[in-house]
Amino acid sequence: MLSFIGRSIIQKIVTLFFVSVVSFLIIHLAPGEPSQVDPLNPKFTPEMVERFHKAFHLDRPLQVQYLYFYRDLFTGKTVSWKDNQSVLAKIWERFLNSLPLFIVGTIITWTLSFPIGIRAAICRGGLYDQSTTLISYFLISIPGFFFAYILIKFVVPYLHVSVIGMETFGLGDASWPRLVMDRVWHLLLPSVLGATGGIAVLSRYVRSQMLEVEGQDYVRTAKAKGLPPEQVHYKHALRNALLPFVTMFGLILPGLIGGSVIIESIFSWPGMGRMAYEAILARDYPVILTVNFISAVLVLAGTFVSDLLYLIVDPRIRL
Amino acid sequence: MTKVQANSLADDFQMEASLASRRTRAQEFWQLFRRNRLAMMGLIIFILFFCTALIGLFLTSGRAPLLDPAQVRLQEKLRPPLSKPHHASLRPEEMPILGVYLLGTDDLGRDVLSRMLQGAWVSLTVGFVAVGISVLIGIFMGGIAGFFGQHHIRVDHMLAVLLLFAGTALVAKGILVLGTVVLALSLGAFPYFLFRKKIGGKNASGMWPRISGREAISVDTLIMRLVDIMLCFPSFFLILTVVALLPASIYNIMIVIGLTSWMGATRFVRAEFLSLREQDFVTAARALGVSNLRIIFRHMMPNAMAPVLVSATIGIATAILTEAGLSFLGFGVPPPYATWGNILSVGKNFIFDAPWLTFVPGLAILVVVLSFNLFGEGLRDALNPKLREGS
Repeated sequence: MLSFIGRSIIQKIVTLFFVSVVSFLIIHLAPGEPSQVDPLNPKFTPEMVERFHKAFHLDRPLQVQYLYFYRDLFTGKTVSWKDNQSVLAKIWERFLNSLPLFIVGTIITWTLSFPIGIRAAICRGGLYDQSTTLISYFLISIPGFFFAYILIKFVVPYLHVSVIGMETFGLGDASWPRLVMDRVWHLLLPSVLGATGGIAVLSRYVRSQMLEVEGQDYVRTAKAKGLPPEQVHYKHALRNALLPFVTMFGLILPGLIGGSVIIESIFSWPGMGRMAYEAILARDYPVILTVNFISAVLVLAGTFVSDLLYLIVDPRIRL
Repeated sequence: MTKVQANSLADDFQMEASLASRRTRAQEFWQLFRRNRLAMMGLIIFILFFCTALIGLFLTSGRAPLLDPAQVRLQEKLRPPLSKPHHASLRPEEMPILGVYLLGTDDLGRDVLSRMLQGAWVSLTVGFVAVGISVLIGIFMGGIAGFFGQHHIRVDHMLAVLLLFAGTALVAKGILVLGTVVLALSLGAFPYFLFRKKIGGKNASGMWPRISGREAISVDTLIMRLVDIMLCFPSFFLILTVVALLPASIYNIMIVIGLTSWMGATRFVRAEFLSLREQDFVTAARALGVSNLRIIFRHMMPNAMAPVLVSATIGIATAILTEAGLSFLGFGVPPPYATWGNILSVGKNFIFDAPWLTFVPGLAILVVVLSFNLFGEGLRDALNPKLREGS
């Protein structure tokens, strides 16, 4: 167990090092330079560009720039090229905005997909199963931005609520139930949109896991000895079908930062995805690289956590 | 007498008839596939989409296209679908060819039908080219990892590759003399590796051969670590970054989507190859002296294709969605050229006044992506050997 943890941590650190190198190379070898971002700005004189280059070590060779960048990142001194603010502080602020979206989306996904998937597996081949199958294909295939506009088109005029942004502007000192409802409405649409794909995929996965377990011998035995169907389904089958999903708690970790660029820009939600999008447009390399680095850390941490959880819940696995 | 006896014997036991099923694999597959109604629907929609895109390319390109997607009629803007054009205000060459705006017009009075037809071809090529690239890389990497995976890369191999990179970098920086020497050195190392056994013999001793000949890492580990590294990048964000940095072009999008989505295919091919190479027919082929390349491409590849085909079909759906998302955000194809994503991106500004500008491209993307997903799932079921034997 300990040797497994040690080995995988070393392996992940090596992977992380290569990820950092590759992302650095992708950004810096691509055509275009950050100093060309704003060529029409009259204040951006050649002397300014020179000073800019000096300040951010852009006149040094690539490998030195790499060392400078990651030294700054680990000491928390990285600053954005655009506004000279600390990148980590910026990311933290946006992260706090994205967090409610992520939490509500995850809760919606997990609370809906399990009942749907389990019911579909129990009435296999029935009308319910077929219709949920078809609906989940629809949800996987629908482009998120199209679905967003369908929802906006039908929710906004008929329910008379505003959904763009984090809260309605100029609500001032309205009574607190109204403020809370306002927040809820603004939160609901983007998180439902963020959850649609997850619901479709996860409920299919739950269904196939349930079907696999329902075909096992011990479930047949349980049925044969005359146990009521509820007990067979929920006590014998479901508990074993849940096993692989424990590991998925680790795998949702990257979703924390990935967010959705498209959904956040449609709803003007000032979250991580939108910040990354703005950074890309402004060629703000420190922000792009930092977001990339943090998300790689989260992916690796997620797989690590899921491996560990699997080790703990499944006694058959020994390393 | 004996001949007659032999004949009747043959008749009795039907010795000539083969015992295996007469249907070929393809027929069997088709039989299974046809039973899946949803998958059939997907296939039909896919064929329709393919024809539409081809016809659309034909109708909307050229110098004087039949349906001109760039024809601006400002006096006819935001007309709803199926509306008739005003004859009085249009010059004869501006008239829509069908005499009616089948899918309406957009904010510049351009015919949405012709723009949709132009966009269909973009979606189709993006899907196929991107997935083609990713499947080719996947088969190559997965094949190497699965077939030659247990071979090791030695320290001197890595040194040679490092020298190669260093030489290229030096030449690129302008230090020509040193760069050329390093390049020549590294290139010279490759024939040395090939003929090393003949030159050096087995019992080479001393410090250097022991270090240089040390097996550092297996090919399989190397490729799988590379896959792990690629999986660490958030894919849409990575694609967005690269596409934003590169000059706007549809080919860049195809290549970038292809280069960032080969990991699944690699894993599938590797897994299939690992199980196939232990099978008896591969051992038999090797015993017959069949070359490695022939074993890979003639004997193993056809058996490993099923999961790759399924993931490729679903990959096309994902690629179309990704391209639409990029166009929606304003990256990719430069503006006068229409894609479904950028029609919708313009249409969203008129969502309450001209909903067809959002719904027509949105529904088109939905239907096409859905058809690919359904077709892929049907393929998976029909290629599943468990189901095949049950029929």
